[in-house]
Formats: sequence, C-alpha cells, structure tokens
Amino acid sequence: MSAPTVEAPRRALAWRPGPVALAGAVAVVLVIAGELVSPGFAGYGQLVNLMRVAAFLSVIAIGQTIVIIAGGGGVDLSVGKVATFAAIIGSRVMAGDDANIVPAVALALLVAAAIGLVNGLGVTLLRIPPFVMTLGMIGVVQGLILAYTGGQASGRAAPALTSLVNGRIVFDLPGLLFLWLLLGLLAVWLLRRTTFGWNLYAVGANRAAAELTGVRAGRTLILAYVLSATFAGLAGILLLGYTESVFLDLADQYMLPSVAAVVIGGTLLAGGIGGYAGTAVGAIVLTVLQGLLTTLDIGGAWRTIVNGVVLLVLLSLYGRQRRLRS
Amino acid sequence: MSGTFSLRGVRLPAVQLSGAATVGMLVVAVIVNSALQPNFWSGYALTSNFATFVPLVAIAVGQTIVVLSGGIDLSLGAQVTLASVVAVRVVDGQLDRLPQAVAAALGVGLVCGALNGLVVALVRLQPIVATFATSFVFSGLALVVLPTPGGSVPLEVTTAYRAAVLGLPVALLAILGLALLWWALRRHRVLRHVYAVGGDPEAAYASLVPVARTRVSAYVLGGLFAALAALAVLANTGSGDPFVGNELTLASVAAVVIGGTSLAGGRGGAGGSMLGAIVLALVTNIVFFADVPTTYRQLVNGAVIILALALAGIPALQKRRPAA
Repeated sequence: MSAPTVEAPRRALAWRPGPVALAGAVAVVLVIAGELVSPGFAGYGQLVNLMRVAAFLSVIAIGQTIVIIAGGGGVDLSVGKVATFAAIIGSRVMAGDDANIVPAVALALLVAAAIGLVNGLGVTLLRIPPFVMTLGMIGVVQGLILAYTGGQASGRAAPALTSLVNGRIVFDLPGLLFLWLLLGLLAVWLLRRTTFGWNLYAVGANRAAAELTGVRAGRTLILAYVLSATFAGLAGILLLGYTESVFLDLADQYMLPSVAAVVIGGTLLAGGIGGYAGTAVGAIVLTVLQGLLTTLDIGGAWRTIVNGVVLLVLLSLYGRQRRLRS
Repeated sequence: MSGTFSLRGVRLPAVQLSGAATVGMLVVAVIVNSALQPNFWSGYALTSNFATFVPLVAIAVGQTIVVLSGGIDLSLGAQVTLASVVAVRVVDGQLDRLPQAVAAALGVGLVCGALNGLVVALVRLQPIVATFATSFVFSGLALVVLPTPGGSVPLEVTTAYRAAVLGLPVALLAILGLALLWWALRRHRVLRHVYAVGGDPEAAYASLVPVARTRVSAYVLGGLFAALAALAVLANTGSGDPFVGNELTLASVAAVVIGGTSLAGGRGGAGGSMLGAIVLALVTNIVFFADVPTTYRQLVNGAVIILALALAGIPALQKRRPAA
C-alpha cells in the first residue's frame, strides 16, 4: 500500500460507464472476438443457443442476487445443489406425463423453498455465517438427493414442459428465453417495486439502521434465502425441461458462477447495492466466454486456465474494493 | 472496536469458550467412534485414520491463516492438486529426487499464494470470487502437468508414512509437527499483523501495519500449507491425481468454522481448526461404522456437520447478543 494521497476529485473521471453497460460491452466484445476467431460464432442460431445456455445460470443468479444484496456476508452456495434436487424431484414426479406437471413443479419448488427456509433460519436465528450455513447445506441436499434417488435418478420431463422450454414460439426463439424474460422482470419488480425489495436494500446497506427504522431484518433475510432457493428450484425445472432426463450433478456447476455473474454485474458482495439487470448481463458474459473458449481449439486444460484469467480481468473491471485510507 | 491493546484481554474468554466447544465435539466424536469401530484403538486403525487426516489438517491450518487475515481462499484445494502433481512429476518414483520434489511442491504453494495475495491485496478483488477465479488457473495447470492420474511416489515414502516411531504413528507426528509450526508462526510478527489486519484493517492501517503486505503473506502461508497437504496426499495415496484436491477446499472452510475461528477475520486460531478437521474426518468414519444405509450416509453426514457448525457458533452467539 503506497503512502496515503488525497483522492482525485470525482470530476477527474467525469464519466465512467456503469457496471451493466461495461459488462454489456464486454459481452459484445467477446461475441466479436468469437466471430473473428471462428466465423459463424455471431450467427443468429449460435447466439440464440448461447442465450439459451445463459438463461439457466441467469435464473439461478436471480436468487443469488437477492441474497447478496441482503448483505451481512450473504451468499447462497447451495443454489446449484438445490437446482439439481428440484430437477430430480420434478423428473421423478412427472415421469414423462403432462398430467403430473403441476404437482411435480409444486413439490419441487416447495422442497426448494423449505431448504431455503432452513438456510434463512440458520443464518438469522443461529447466526451461522451464510457462507458456512449454505456450504453445510450442500452436504445435506446431496444427502437428500442420494436418499431420495438411491443413487439412480429416474423419471423424465413431461413433453409439455420440454416443448415450453425448447419449442420455438416467435422469431424462432425458444420459449425458455421468454420464461427468462418473465422471471427477470419478476426479479426486477421484486427488488424495485415491492416493500420486500426496499427492505432488502435497507437491510443490506445497514442492518442496524434498517432495524431502527422498523424493518424486520430477520424476516427479510429469511425470505431472501427462501426466494434464492425457490429461484434455484425453478432453474432446475427449466434445466429438466431442456435436458429431458436428469443426472445426479445436473446443476452443481452453477454454484460459484452464479456468484461471479452477480459480481460482474456490479452488485456489491458487501450488500445493499446492485440489481438484477447487471446479474443477467454478467451471466451472459460468462456464458459467451465459455462458448468462445469452447470454439477455440486449445484443449480442456488450457481452456480452464484462460477461463480463470479472463474471469480475473472481468472481476477487476468492477469487483474492486476501495483502498484503505487513514 | 475498543482499543487494540485491551482487545486481547477481552477476546480471550470467547476464544477459550469456542475452543471448549471444539474440544467437546472432538471428545464426543472420539467416544462415539471408538464405541462403533471395534478396533479403533488398535495400532493399524489409528495409523490409517491419522494417515487420512493429515491433508485436511494441513490445509485447514492454511485456510485459518487466510481467514484470520479477513480473507478466504477457495483455491486451496486446487493448489493442493497442482502442488501434488508437480511433486509427483519431479520425484517420478525415485527416492533421491525427494528433496527436489518437496522443494517444487513448496515452490508451487509459494507462487500460487503470492498470486492470490497479489490479486486480493493489490488488485483488491473480493477474496471469494478472486480465489474462485484463480482456482480455475491452478486446476487447469494441474491438468497440463498431469492430464490423467498417474506417476508414482517412492515406496519408501509411502511405507514410512504409515510406519510408527516410538509407538507413535508417523502421521500423528506430522499433525503434531503442523501444530508446532502453527505455534511458532503464532509467535512471529507476521501472524500478529494478520490478526490485526483481520480484526480491523482501518485501525491496522492507521497503526502502520503493512496491510497489503500482511494480506499477501497470509495467502502465501496458506499456499505453503496447501503444499504440505499435497505432500501428505502423495505420501498417503502413492500416486498423482489431477482432481485430488477438489473436495478439500470447502471442507477446510468447514474445519475452520468448527474450530471456532470467525469468518469475519481476526479472531480464532489454527489449533481449533486442526481439531475441527479431525472432527470432520471422524464424522465420516462414524457414519460409515454406524451401519447407516449407504443411501442415507451422506444425509446423516451433512446433518451432523451442520449441527457441528451451529454448535461452534454458539459461544460467539452468546457473546454477540448483548451488543446487537
């Protein structure tokens, strides 16, 4: 740390793009880079495909955004496992029959919400740090999955769900993208237009102050974790519709990328600041990056390395913390 | 925050209390385990138990130091993987290359830790996401070094690791060695700075503690302990595996919390984390020997771990209530 200096006046950096614009620009740059490296990357069908992959991460990241805005070290590491579990429940109850869609989705979301409730209670009542609580929950949900399936996932997505997710409705766009748009709007509405949303930002910015002004911080936090798990469950159901059959680690790999999408989208891990639009763009950036790395013919190991390095660069665009001043 | 000098006096009771919770859990775990596992106290069972404990114990010490500094290192498991595959490549089954292999592993830990420290302390990225990103780099490099499981460790090493000196298993001695290492570090200025930075970075900065340098040191120490964990993994398994460290990362965080170290930083110590790591390993043992049906094993395991995490937080809970 260098010697303390006077902070440059704000005028010196008169205009800086917001995190959402910046992340969007990165996404465009990545797409252009992809087109240059492998012509056809930016083709309509290919882009639609990328967006479709981004949708799952993006829906999981809705809940992650809510929990992170709630502050207090809020983070939900169990989202990947919860999504997997929801897909497994959905698949088994549906058993490939349209008539079972409603009970299947209801049961899956109910179980997900219950897991979120336990997370929320652990974080608020027992004051277990969110990172650890949701980390422990990964083990429990994995256990539930094994107990429920006996190690062998069964069932199948109902045809109606599959055609809802994969079917082309307008402009040759899969229904999944419209569902994502719908859920995204729901998330923005929740955060910006409801009492819960306002309370959430208040608690995230300063929990003590929020409590003093009459916000029930505990209740808001519990609801945040319930919503997080529920959105994760929804993502699991969508994923089920996409893949039609499930396997035991279907959505596990979304755990930390969902956090990364939130951070790249400009939401502060400290809580209280941010929004869903950024997260959605962050998820798109991460997915386009994955797509670009897959088209490059550099082998799995180097792809992983480049992924890490680019992630670091992306994070340093907006994920930086302020420096210490005395 | 009260004054820096009175802090030690104020914090001591809390640390002791959470230490008591961890020791209590360990005692219960040992009693239950020895009741369920008929030959728990036999030399063979003790040796093989301790042999599997060492990697998690070592990585838990490293995680503790990083957490104490106010950070978290989600790349420690990947570092264990990378250090172990590099070491196994260097040693290549020949005993006379052992020193170089150990040096290579420690070098890997040092460089990885320095990279993390650089990214967290100088670029000032959030530790959770920054070390998540570097973990990609490390695990990718591990795959470049050793694409498929293979390589061999000299037979002498694996034999010695499971031997006993004066009736004490070598692995137990390794754990005692780690404890001694922590004890020595704890007395060094760097660790005092780590506690200060983790407790209140602003105050530490104002008191002329080199905050950035201390953070880098914490990640470097974390990397070095990851390298030690890697050596233990190799001595235990006898060959290299480019995925070996994946599960250690999150377990190390759990061990730290069960050991009573606050994730907020500045409070706790590696002694508790080492016990926490052993508790975690014993829980797995207990669930195995308790005749829990295979499909329910993981569920019971997870539930017990959540219980342990909750119990570990109770002392802090009592302490925080009046203040909140």
